[in-house]
Amino acid sequence: MMPKWIGKSNLLSEKNIVSLTSSISAILVGLLFGLVILLISNPSQAFAGFKTILFGGFTGGFKGVGQVLYFATPIIMTGLSVGFAFKTGLFNIGASGQFIVGAYAAVLVGVRLTSLPPSIHWIVALLAAAAAGGLWALLPGILKAYANVNEVIATIMMNYIGMYSVNYLVTRTVYDQLRNQSISTVAVLPKWGLTTLFPRSSVNGGFFIAVFMVIVVHILINKTTFGYELKACGFNREASRYAGINAKRNIVLSMVIAGALAGIGAGLLFLAGSGKHIEVVDILAVEGFNGIPVALLGMSSPIGILFAGLFIAYVTQGGFYLQLSNFVPEVIDIIIAAIIYFSAFALIFKNIMSKLIKGRKEQKQ
Amino acid sequence: MEYIIEMLGITKTFPGIIANDDITLQLRKGEIHALLGENGAGKSTLMSVLFGLYHPDKGTIRMNGQEVHIKDPNDANKLGIGMVHQHFKLVHNFTVIENIVLGVESTRHGFLSMENAKKKVMELSDRYNLKVDPDALISDITVGMQQRVEILKMLYRDNEVLIFDEPTAVLTPQEIEDLMQIMRGLTEEGKSILFITHKLKEIMAAADRCTVLRKGKYIGTVEVDAVTMEELSEMMVGRKVSFAVEKKALQPGQDIFEIRNLIVKSRHSQKNAVQNISFKLRRNEILCIAGIDGNGQSELVYALTGLQPVVSGQLILGGQDITHASIRQRNAGGIGHIPEDRHKHGLVLDFNLAENLVLKNYYLEDYQHQGFIKFDAVYQYADQLIQQFDIRSGQGAFTPARSMSGGNQQKAILAREIDGNPDVLIAVQPTRGLDVGAVEYIHGQLVDQRDAGKAVLLVSLELEEVMNLSDRILVIFEGELVAELDPKETTIQELGLYMAGSKRGKVQ
Ligand SMILES: Nc1ncnc2c1ncn2[C@@H]1O[C@H](COP(=O)(O)OP(=O)(O)OP(=O)(O)O)[C@@H](O)[C@H]1O
Ligand SMILES: [Mg+2]
Repeated sequence: MMPKWIGKSNLLSEKNIVSLTSSISAILVGLLFGLVILLISNPSQAFAGFKTILFGGFTGGFKGVGQVLYFATPIIMTGLSVGFAFKTGLFNIGASGQFIVGAYAAVLVGVRLTSLPPSIHWIVALLAAAAAGGLWALLPGILKAYANVNEVIATIMMNYIGMYSVNYLVTRTVYDQLRNQSISTVAVLPKWGLTTLFPRSSVNGGFFIAVFMVIVVHILINKTTFGYELKACGFNREASRYAGINAKRNIVLSMVIAGALAGIGAGLLFLAGSGKHIEVVDILAVEGFNGIPVALLGMSSPIGILFAGLFIAYVTQGGFYLQLSNFVPEVIDIIIAAIIYFSAFALIFKNIMSKLIKGRKEQKQ
Repeated sequence: MEYIIEMLGITKTFPGIIANDDITLQLRKGEIHALLGENGAGKSTLMSVLFGLYHPDKGTIRMNGQEVHIKDPNDANKLGIGMVHQHFKLVHNFTVIENIVLGVESTRHGFLSMENAKKKVMELSDRYNLKVDPDALISDITVGMQQRVEILKMLYRDNEVLIFDEPTAVLTPQEIEDLMQIMRGLTEEGKSILFITHKLKEIMAAADRCTVLRKGKYIGTVEVDAVTMEELSEMMVGRKVSFAVEKKALQPGQDIFEIRNLIVKSRHSQKNAVQNISFKLRRNEILCIAGIDGNGQSELVYALTGLQPVVSGQLILGGQDITHASIRQRNAGGIGHIPEDRHKHGLVLDFNLAENLVLKNYYLEDYQHQGFIKFDAVYQYADQLIQQFDIRSGQGAFTPARSMSGGNQQKAILAREIDGNPDVLIAVQPTRGLDVGAVEYIHGQLVDQRDAGKAVLLVSLELEEVMNLSDRILVIFEGELVAELDPKETTIQELGLYMAGSKRGKVQ
């Protein structure tokens, strides 16, 4: 006999179906909204442009798919970062800062520790990125747990501190003056056959690592006592205290893990060997912020985040090709952002959907 | 006789359960109509249907003979139907007056105008003797006053039909007396009241008629004057219920928990809520801390269980100093705790029943292996407790705790804490919200714990429970122990005098 609880975590359970349908309807509304903006900004090209957004991701066949996986990798990780913290009831707005310090750590190790054999060089660099990201989230975690400082404010501050520190450190340690960016890292992630599958694209083993992390986080949240404790703290901090759960420790741990996930995301991007460098500019890392809509659209569930990350990467990719049909780059950014953020209202749609379903059921009976 | 409200053939199902099965309820104008039934019988559901929170699958509602459709609480409000929920719905960082006008604010030139509102509230408050402070924050006032705010909310909206869902579960005996007065006053003004309670005495004292539900079904409606409490309880449970607690005489055993010179800060002010309290808890005894709500009981319990630090003093559990031990250490060391506030401390409402039942032992070898939860073991254990404690819900162990009826939520906490078999069981209002059958069972369980050599520290506002259950009574007044009494040699009246502070005795 199948254990009873398996039946409950069934992928096709009513709860999951509601989540899925609501995410999908959110996406549809987002796309529709994008179409409206297209129509306003350039009516004659609107439908062609819309088609580009919808199918642009497949441009070049397998190459396009490979690019989508490549762009999805870091935002899946930052999505995991935000979603994981949210399970503990914490809003991690600091994925951006955690991401950029993770990037710096990865690049520093990737550039400087050349004595390491290539097969482990990237591992060390990636671990450094995780550690740096985790460390960056440690302070907001401690402030939240022990001084009840709102983590939203603390993590936003850390974003700016992270950005300026990294800019400074890059110019001092790994600077390519000509291009105003970091120099190329020697450590590079393995390809694990993905380049043969998706020729001429930038995809690499990092995508597999992201998928692996999705599974790890899924198990951590749903199958372990640690995940149980984190959820208990997230749902009801007083009750978990009553149960003897060390809520303070869990808050700190949860933030650190979230930070490490964002750091890994940066490692996977900057060690990809795709020519990506840390640019010395005063702009917060956009991958960090995109983690928020990814997590929202994925309903904070790791599996959902995986697909949400893929979707958002796909749309972004389609947006690149929009430039071919006479759209100003700024408008493209607006359209893509509109689709992404509109979709992220999935949570609201979830409520509407479950009400609709309930209403229909009541009518039937 | 004309009916103001008629609910005819109401049926409402939830996943796995028919909460209301073809129920009929007729409310006369100007009467107090009690609704009685076991935990999970469907009382709150029926009232929520009337208030527009749930839509019935079948059935009609009539008001003054006319069929009405109540789609949401706004519709209910327009029809003059108001409800005080089992768990209050007040905004805690708003003031009393802000809560009352919430949703029906009057504005002048686009700005909130509170003066008229305040005048009306004060008038109502005076007329029905509700005694509220309009400018106090909800978080600062007692539960009893919060309830009166809920009542004012209904009156402010000129409601004619008032629903009270277990209003007395959280009140002190004096407050209950006051509430009954208020309710009578309201019906004299022509308002009609639906009143849910598990306390048969209150029904006998206040209600005109009583409708009984059992497991979602309609059993009958009776004139209260024509029945006895025994008959009512038999109608509701389907068997005879004993109100007396069966308890054999027992010599108290050795000291197990010693409290020395305990001082604890108040949760609301800078004062000390517990002032230099010392006592010993012994095996084989049920010791009761009796007192009027707000005299330091909560803080005392918080200090014993570790939820709040002590200012000074010592706690010795089985020879070990646990004054500064963590909550986990205390739990593992043999302290069980049935908390005062089941939603704040007792349950994680977004977890399911099984997850709540292992809230204190999920980390033990029985339920986890190398950090992985053994779901099989967890659900097996949950099923066993559900069976043993008769916890009723739609989807068994998988029921979200949030969707369970109030009494069954309480039973889940009791099952977890009693089954944990602690040396010292600290039970605060353990039978709050339970039906008479469940109260009988839980009292039996507490006595069994005592007989098995455990110690029970009971904190209860219900004087009858105190008198029936305890072996020894300590009276707390303004943070001090003012009397030590033997329940066999004292009366409720005398106990009341000590609790009110008008009499002082000796404490060893
Ligand atoms: N929102 C809901 N979703 C699912 N099941 C529900 C919901 N509300 C109530 N139920 C179920 O319906 C049944 C009746 O619940 P209800 O709250 O009406 O009981 P009650 O008579 O008020 O009990 P109590 O005396 O314990 O408050 C219970 O078994 C409960 O689990
Ligand atoms: Mg109820």
